[in-house]
Amino acid sequence: MTTLPANAARHDPIAAAYLTTSRMVSVLMLLTFGLLVTVVVAAKFGSVHISLVRAFADASSSDHAIFFAARLPRLIMAVIVGAVLAAVGAALQALVRNPLAEGGILGISGGGALGAIIALVFLTRIGASETTVVPLVAFGAALLSTVAVYRLAEVDGQLEPFTLLLVGVIFNAFWGAAIMVVNSVVNFYYAHTILFWLMGSLEAPTWHEVVLVAALGLSGFVALMFYARDLNLLSLGDEAAAELGVDVDFLRRLIFVATSVMVGAVVSVSGIIAFVGLIVPHMLRIAFGSDHRLLIPASLIGGAAFMVIADLIARVAIAPAEIPVGAITALFGGPFFVYMLRREGGKPLGL
Amino acid sequence: MSSGAAPHDSALTARDLRAGYTSVPVLRGVSLEVAPGELLAVVGPNGSGKSTLLRVLGGTMRPWQGSVELQGRPLQGLPRRAIAREIASVAQENAVAFRFTVLEIVLMGRAPHLGAFRFESRHDLEIAQAALERFDLLALAHRHIEELSGGERKRVFLARALTQQPRVMLLDEPTAFLDLKHVVGIFSRFRELATARGLAVVATLHDLNVAAAYADRVLLLRAGEVIGYGTPSEVLTEGNLRSVYETEIYVGKNPITGQLTILPAHTPRISR
Repeated sequence: MTTLPANAARHDPIAAAYLTTSRMVSVLMLLTFGLLVTVVVAAKFGSVHISLVRAFADASSSDHAIFFAARLPRLIMAVIVGAVLAAVGAALQALVRNPLAEGGILGISGGGALGAIIALVFLTRIGASETTVVPLVAFGAALLSTVAVYRLAEVDGQLEPFTLLLVGVIFNAFWGAAIMVVNSVVNFYYAHTILFWLMGSLEAPTWHEVVLVAALGLSGFVALMFYARDLNLLSLGDEAAAELGVDVDFLRRLIFVATSVMVGAVVSVSGIIAFVGLIVPHMLRIAFGSDHRLLIPASLIGGAAFMVIADLIARVAIAPAEIPVGAITALFGGPFFVYMLRREGGKPLGL
Repeated sequence: MSSGAAPHDSALTARDLRAGYTSVPVLRGVSLEVAPGELLAVVGPNGSGKSTLLRVLGGTMRPWQGSVELQGRPLQGLPRRAIAREIASVAQENAVAFRFTVLEIVLMGRAPHLGAFRFESRHDLEIAQAALERFDLLALAHRHIEELSGGERKRVFLARALTQQPRVMLLDEPTAFLDLKHVVGIFSRFRELATARGLAVVATLHDLNVAAAYADRVLLLRAGEVIGYGTPSEVLTEGNLRSVYETEIYVGKNPITGQLTILPAHTPRISR
């Protein structure tokens, strides 16, 4: 399978064989258009029927109230969370040279969620501000978890991709268990919140949260884009990347910090939403090739669209009740992960 | 290219290199000098330190002792990207984690010359296309790297190294596991490049006959020590090879071409 339709390759085999700026622009525009369509559809539908026209025209209508107070912030949060998780997935896959890597699978989300819960349950009790301390602790815990996973996956100073994946999976399960322990010892008031973090949800974010997560996500994304070409070189192996001018140790640290900030911020508001970072980059890689200068921004937009759709299903499937959005992504993602594991198992994939 | 720097008659100089991975030294005092346009073959048995020497010469491994100089400038003081503009390396094994096309891989050779967020220009593409052409890969430009044969893959990585437009090329067993046609094709191309562009080439080699045929000079290693360093006929002598390879070896001249020829002189004992 080629990354472009066969007729394009016939017209100009050279232009079709690498990432040109024009191809990059057209792919990103196409994806943006797709995202806009999903956003409009998702804004229209919900557990309550509203008219978008009335919501904008009449500020005193209930349509206006529902749209601006509930549906819009949630929609924006879905866009941000999906975008960040998918972009992080693409970057982590490049970093560990394995298409099965993702924030959730590597234990970063789990660590972040545990940090968020501990901050919420214990630190806010001693007077810390919830909106500030929870994301910060989530980020710190996500980073600590990442560093621990990474260190344990090193064999003789070399990163072992399969070991990394296994260690990540173990950490993920471990953090989940730790969250359940915290859940058992705290009072009932927190139980719902903790479940929310475990399952992932985009319920009722505040504008303050939306802005904070967007800012952290965007700065992390800029860092990833700055090093997107270096991530391409990393696909050739650490040594070959170094020979092409990449400071591999620095790049690893930087990407781990950037992705931990991004995942920590997202987890602190949405909980653990798994598999988005796995499915979206993988599909986009098949469709548009492996160049990370396109793959990372494409994942950003594609992840946003994916999450908007997943959240729409979460909201309307059993309305007026709601399914946690993390359950929706995991229902799609679990089988997908198994499919990829089987598929990649047949090929050495340069591991 | 840049003015100011006086033309240096040595592309790469190594002095008294000692290096290793654990406390055991793999290189024990290796010195060498490669001039522009020169092809140096590094030969020696398995584990004699050939690949380690290339790593130290390329700056990806720090020596315990000794120094490497790139046109008179110490390698250790140079940033990685600056080194990558001057020295290109091709490893023995080249695994690629994701599906990249041949052209994408070859264009990666332009990375050390490009700033962040910059895309390859027309000029970069022309350099990559010329490298593809030199290694007969133009027709494969759009193919995915994992679909290629071993010989084609090797040529892709050699073309990538050429696209870096380096002054020095370090090749680790560039023709291992390749058939004779590829061996001849690859080395005659590097001979041409060395002569035409003043490229300095350091290649590790298992095949002593290839070293004898193509190298200007040969460095013979045993357990990290230099046993011989000079022209092929100076270094590849029966005495040197017998002591290094611990087996009887015949060195003669090909009666047709006059080419130095090395063969094992071990008489097989067939037991019945």
